[in-house]
Order: sequence, then C-alpha cells, then structure tokens
Amino acid sequence: MTVTSNSALSFNFAPVPGAAGRAPAAELSLRMSLAKVNFFYGSKQTLFDINLGIAAGRITSLIGPSGCGKSTLLRTLNRMYETLSHARLTGEILLDGANILAQDVTQLRRRVGMVFQRPNPFPKSIFENVAYGPRINGTSKDLSEIVEASLRRAALWDEVKNHLHKSAYELSGGQQQRLCIARALAVEPEVLLLDEPCSALDPISTAKIEELLVQLKETCTIVIVTHNMQQAARVSDFTAFLLNGALVEFSPTPQLFTTPADPRTEAYITGRFG
Amino acid sequence: MVTPSTNARRAGPATGSRSFLSRLRDGDEVARLLTLLFAAAVVLITVAIVYQLWADSALSRHKFGWKFFFSSVWDPVFDQFGALPFIYGTLVTSAVGLCLAVPLGLGAAIFLSELAPPKVSDTLTFFIDLLAAVPSVIYGLLGVFLLVPLMRENIQPFLKAALGFLPLFSGPAYGLGFLTAGIVLAVMILPFIISVSREVLLSVPREQREAALALGSTRWESAWKVVVPFARTGIFGSIFLALARALGETMAVTMVIGNTPKIAASLFAPGYSIAAVIANEFTEATGDLYLHALIELGLVLFLLTFILNGLARLLILLTERRGAEVRA
Amino acid sequence: MTARLLWRKGLSAVMLTLTGVCALLALSLLFFILGYLVYHGGRSVNWDFFTKLPAPVGEPGGGMANAILGSAKLLLLASLIGVPIGFFGGVYLAEFGGRTAGFFVRYAADLLNGTPSIVIGIFAYALLVLPFKHFSTFAGAFALGIMMIPITLRSTEDFLRSVPRELREGALALGASKWRAIASVVIPAAYRGILTAVLLAVARVAGETAPLLFTAFSNRFWSPGWNQPTASLPVMIYTYAVSPYEDWHRQAWAAGVVLLALVLLINILARTVLARGVSVPRQ
Repeated sequence: MTVTSNSALSFNFAPVPGAAGRAPAAELSLRMSLAKVNFFYGSKQTLFDINLGIAAGRITSLIGPSGCGKSTLLRTLNRMYETLSHARLTGEILLDGANILAQDVTQLRRRVGMVFQRPNPFPKSIFENVAYGPRINGTSKDLSEIVEASLRRAALWDEVKNHLHKSAYELSGGQQQRLCIARALAVEPEVLLLDEPCSALDPISTAKIEELLVQLKETCTIVIVTHNMQQAARVSDFTAFLLNGALVEFSPTPQLFTTPADPRTEAYITGRFG
Repeated sequence: MVTPSTNARRAGPATGSRSFLSRLRDGDEVARLLTLLFAAAVVLITVAIVYQLWADSALSRHKFGWKFFFSSVWDPVFDQFGALPFIYGTLVTSAVGLCLAVPLGLGAAIFLSELAPPKVSDTLTFFIDLLAAVPSVIYGLLGVFLLVPLMRENIQPFLKAALGFLPLFSGPAYGLGFLTAGIVLAVMILPFIISVSREVLLSVPREQREAALALGSTRWESAWKVVVPFARTGIFGSIFLALARALGETMAVTMVIGNTPKIAASLFAPGYSIAAVIANEFTEATGDLYLHALIELGLVLFLLTFILNGLARLLILLTERRGAEVRA
Repeated sequence: MTARLLWRKGLSAVMLTLTGVCALLALSLLFFILGYLVYHGGRSVNWDFFTKLPAPVGEPGGGMANAILGSAKLLLLASLIGVPIGFFGGVYLAEFGGRTAGFFVRYAADLLNGTPSIVIGIFAYALLVLPFKHFSTFAGAFALGIMMIPITLRSTEDFLRSVPRELREGALALGASKWRAIASVVIPAAYRGILTAVLLAVARVAGETAPLLFTAFSNRFWSPGWNQPTASLPVMIYTYAVSPYEDWHRQAWAAGVVLLALVLLINILARTVLARGVSVPRQ
C-alpha cells in the first residue's frame, strides 16, 4: 500500500519532505493508517474524523496545544485507551493493512510499543525491566542477549552494563526514560509510540533521546507526541497539527513549519496560542 | 471514504471490548473469576453470620417476643430470659466511657491537628495508634489488679464524700461495677476518638482557619468556633465509631463489671453487659432455649453496632465531602 | 490592649494548654501501661514460662508453653484462612470489581470490621463447634481468620489502587495481559503496603480473647491436634487473672507482658520498617 495508491489515506498527505527528487513518493509505504476515527469519552467527543497515514520507517510527530487530543490519538494506535472505562472509538485503524480493532489487543501491543510521558520503570532491576517483555511473550532467545541488544539500541548499555541488577529507580530521569525505550524495543515492535517522552527531562537528556530516535527510525516506525515544536521540527519527517480534536494540517515537517497551509497552524507555530 | 475491502475486514467490535474467549485464553477471565470467588466469600460469610444469629435465636425470639427486651429476669433454671439488665449495663458503661473519653479525646485531637507541628503530631499519633493496639484482655488485667482496688479504696470513697447526695454515687464501694467498667472503656476508646477526630479536623480546609485568624480570632477561637463546628458531623462520626466499639467490647468489661444481672441507679453497683454475659455463660448454656437467648443477645449486639457503624461512616463521609467541596 | 482582648488571649492560651495536656495524658497512658505491666510481670517471665506446661492448682511454678504454641498455631491457621480471602478479594475490588459487586463486597467487609468479636465467636461456634460436639483449634482460628479479612481486604484494595497508572500501562503496552500486568508489576509494587496491613491484622487478632472462649476453648496440656481444644495466651491471661490464686496472678502478668510485647513489636515493625514510604490506611 502506498500513499499514491490509496486516495482515502492520502488526505492532506504531501510528498516526502524536502526531497522529492531523492525519494520518489511511490516508495514511501504506510505502516499504519487511520480513517474516520472518532473518539468519545463518555458523552464527550474528543477526536473528530481523523484521517492520517503513518509512514513506515519515518518519524511522525503530533503537535498541538494541550487538550487538543494528540495524546488520545496516540493512544488509539495501540488501543491503550481501553484501560479507561466509558471510552469508545469508531472508524478504522489499519496496521499493515489489517484492522487493529479486530485483533487481539495483547498481540497488537507487542507490535506497537509505547513510551510514556514520565519514565515508568517497574520496581525491578534494570535487567528485569528490559527482560519483562520478552519474558511474558515467551521468547526462545537468550534473555541476556536481548537485554544487551536493546540497551545498546537505546544507547544506555555503556552506562549500565556493570550494574544491570541494581534497581531501575537508581538511574537518573533521562536514563530511566532510555531504559523504558529499551524495554519497549526488547519486544521488537514494528511501531514505537512516544507520548511526550522528554517532558520530564533536562535538556541534555532530551538531546540524547532525540538523537536516539533518529537512529531508531531505521528499524522502526515512530510516532511521537510532543508539546515542543522545536522537537517536532528537529526529529520528525511528518508533522500533524491537531486542534480541539480535529486534524488541522498534516504535512512533511519542513513544509508545515515553513509554509503552513492553514492559518491556524501558522498561528500556533508562531506562538500566538497554545 | 472507506473502501469496501477494509469494510469487510472490520470483523471485531469497533469499540474494542474483547471477546470472552480471548480473555479466557489470556487468563484475564480466569483471574477475574478466581478473585471474584474470594470476594464473594466475604459477602457470603457476612450473610451467614446474620442468618445464623437470626436462625439460632428462633426459640428465644418466639417464646419471649418483644418482652425479651423489657424483662429483667434472667433465670436459666426456670428458662426465663430477659435482656434488660444486660442492655442497661452495656448502655451505662458505654455512656460513662464516652463521657470521660470524648472531652479528653477531642482535646487531644485539637492539639494534634491545630497546634502541634506536623512531625510532632505524626509521632504522637503513632504512639496513640499503638495504644489502640493493646489487647483488651490486657486492659482487663490492669483493671482487675490496678483499677479495682484503686476504685474501692480511694476513688469511690472520695466521690461518695464529695457527690454522695447524687444517687449515681451512692451505695457501697465494691470496686467492681459500672463506673470501673466505664473507665476501662474510656481508656480503650480514647485512641479511636483521637485518631479519627484528628483525621476529620485535618480535612477542614486551611482557608477556614486562615479566614478566622485574619478576622482577629485567637488560635483557640479559630479552632473551637470555626474548625470544630465545621468538622462537627465527622466528630460525631468518630464518637459513634467509638461507641460501637465500646458496646461490643467484651473481655475488659467482663473482668471488671461485677457480672451481676441487676439494674441499679448507682454507678458503684456491680452489673452486667451483653458481651460479658455471652462470654461467661455461653459454654455453660445447657438448654436450647438458654443458648438461643444468648444468641439473641448476640443478635442485639450485632444490630446495635451495625446501626452505629453505618451512622458513623455516613457522618465522617459527609464531613470529608464537605471539606473537599469547600476546597474545590 | 483592652481587658476583653486580654481575656480572649488568656483563654486561648489556657485552652490550648489544656488540649496539650489531653494529648500528653493519652500518651502517658501508653507508657504507664507498658511500665506497670513490665514492673509487675517482668520478674515472672523466665525460662520456665516459655518451656513448661501450666502447674496444677496449688503448685507453684510452671509455664505457658502450651499456650504460646497454641497462639502460634491459631495465628498461623487464621492467617491461612483470612489472608487469601482478604487479599484476593482486595485484588478483585481494585482490579476487576464492577460498581455494584464492589459495593456489596466493600459493605460486607465494613460490616465484618464493625462486628463485635464475640459475635464472630458465636458464629464459629455454631458452624464448627456445635456440629462436631467439641471445641477445636480450627474453630478458634476460623473466628480469628474472619476478623483478619476486612483489614486485609480494604488495605489490599487501597494499596493496589495507589500503584501509579503508568506502571500498569507500561506493562500493558508491552503486550502483557491484564492479569499478567497485575501479578508481575502491580502487586510487586504494592506488596510492602499489603504486608504491613497483614501484619497489623495479625497483631490485632493475636490479642483477641472473646472469640476463642467458646471455639478454641482452653487446654491444660499440649493440644493433641488441630481438631482439639487448645490453650492460647489471651485466654490464659483471662482465666488466670480472674482466678483466686496468687501464683496464677503472677503467671497472668507474665503472659500479659509477653502478649503485649508481641503485639506492640509486630505493630512497630510493620509501621516503621515495612511501611517506610507507604502510608498505612486507617482501619
């Protein structure tokens, strides 16, 4: 499935960012796509008719003022919204062409990993945190290899390799967040969702994580919710701007930040509200 | 906008609630049913207790009816059973306990919530919670060997000399009796009153205090005329909670009340309480009617504490909600 | 300063001092009880007390070894009955319970918590003593076990609920099923608090006497089995204290010291060492 072959999902979906010549649009495939997604919390609707494509091997960022529904949207992608009672979703969300709403949710979440706003390591050792996913999924591979590989991918290995059995809570905030990324990577997800992963971190830790994300997109599709427009501009390939639960604009990142099509997007990125 | 092919794929429920079977496979349903079983056991036990008290008191309920509550004859030999002396004893000792413990407990709670710095308050509360942990049989032990002689030799003669013109403080000083049992109860319920009242007072919004102080109140006036009235219902709740404990208290009372099924106006006189008579006579109850009469006493005790606990919880909840509302 | 203001300030100082006196009085009660008990019973706590059977009436000496063992057996069995019901019931309330079912379970637990211990003794008697025609350790433990349920249940629920949402979601996001997330992440995160509550429940029933009077009853000798009556420390304190023998009184004091030490030790241990970092919900 490609962008050009599916008119329904090419809604507002412009060619590849700033590189029309290098990467023809036809080669860009979609890992996930959302069609007419509406979300209700109780009687309150918080997402309205969202259509969106998530390009494989790219970073897509969701931006917008707080309360615009960007986190909710992210949580539909691995059905994490189901932990809330009274939550209801209509529409269609495809992962590799199959509707995720019809799949087994635990299977889905193994394929679509998630990193949360605040680092949330389990009250276990560093090793056990990373090994948790493979362990519950019953892997046949060597756990210590998986742990090492995941920690390396999360650029944390060198800092923790000598004390893998210390409590995860002894790490700094930035290290904890990278540990959570390693934990998510250990189940080898196809898509990684990040919900404002740097909002609780200092600038240096933030820089490390941004660097890491750019490396990760070679093996993994990434969707990141961020409150920080500079972050979206720096790391992502595509940016979606949401306002009051509706998708206002979805374009390649440079285009959205330099020549926004919608005046509301312009107002937001120039700091006039939010 | 959705293509027909994707429409066909939408097999599962769009809202995402999972099928029973898939939850069963994951073990979620097994875990839910397993824990439900234990939760249901709690309800079952409670229902069984009520049912057992009701069913096993049938003989006595049928034979004596309402008269059970108004007769003061307790005569196992002639199968005559009336609960009045025990109900009287339970109520009188509890009342004495409350009269002594409420002012003391409320005072201490005001100190802990209004005056003491948080760290000091928490430390003192820790020790007061320990006081609540002392087993009732220990209070009974101290009652028998320390309080009873003290009452007989010193306190009762003194009260008699000072207030002997009141029927409450007349008659011979046995040491054992309503007053002694009431004092032991007061000590036992004191930590509950302090603990719960402190919590309730702490739930009064700070703004209430600050408003009073800003108007030129002294600290005592802010505490007594603003904070305490605000927390009034919750304090009543704590008192009811303590009363429920006092009514059901068995060992300490049994050991110092004198175990005499008589109604007397004097607090110096020996008496009996519901819990004490059950404790003393249950294993000796020979006839079925005797046993059923004792179980009916248990039923009365259960209902009394049930009503008081319900009221207490309601009052405490109301106060805390009020605090939250004002704050919000 | 006007006379009226002076009066108000004076009153405030006096009344506030009085509240302090109240608090001090309550506090001194604890230390007085401790001191008095140790003073009277301390001397009688000796090696014999822990190792010998009670001496027959009139003979001096002897100990309460059988009652100590009996109490230990009762508490062990009571925990085996009360803790699983309370714990899993609490897991149900916190994790699975719907609104209606949750209400009934919580209500039943509160009712049990407020039920006088002697009434629970009657229940155990009717259920486990009357049909078998003899008193038993099991019946006593059953009564104590019931008393442990509400404390364990409500604290398990409270502590599980206080586990941050993010930990649950972290496990779910890795593809854990709900029960897996609960068992491997939520419960381990809450276990210290739950253990604290369980210990407090044990301490509370350790001193219970009333429900044992006509369930476990008492025994002058070693209890031959779980279905036979057994002595226990609280019941021994009671029977010895109300007896007319000087020597038994001494033993009652000694037993009082041992029991109180046990109960307070468990309390302090649970509230300080284990509860570091967790708040203990009030019962």
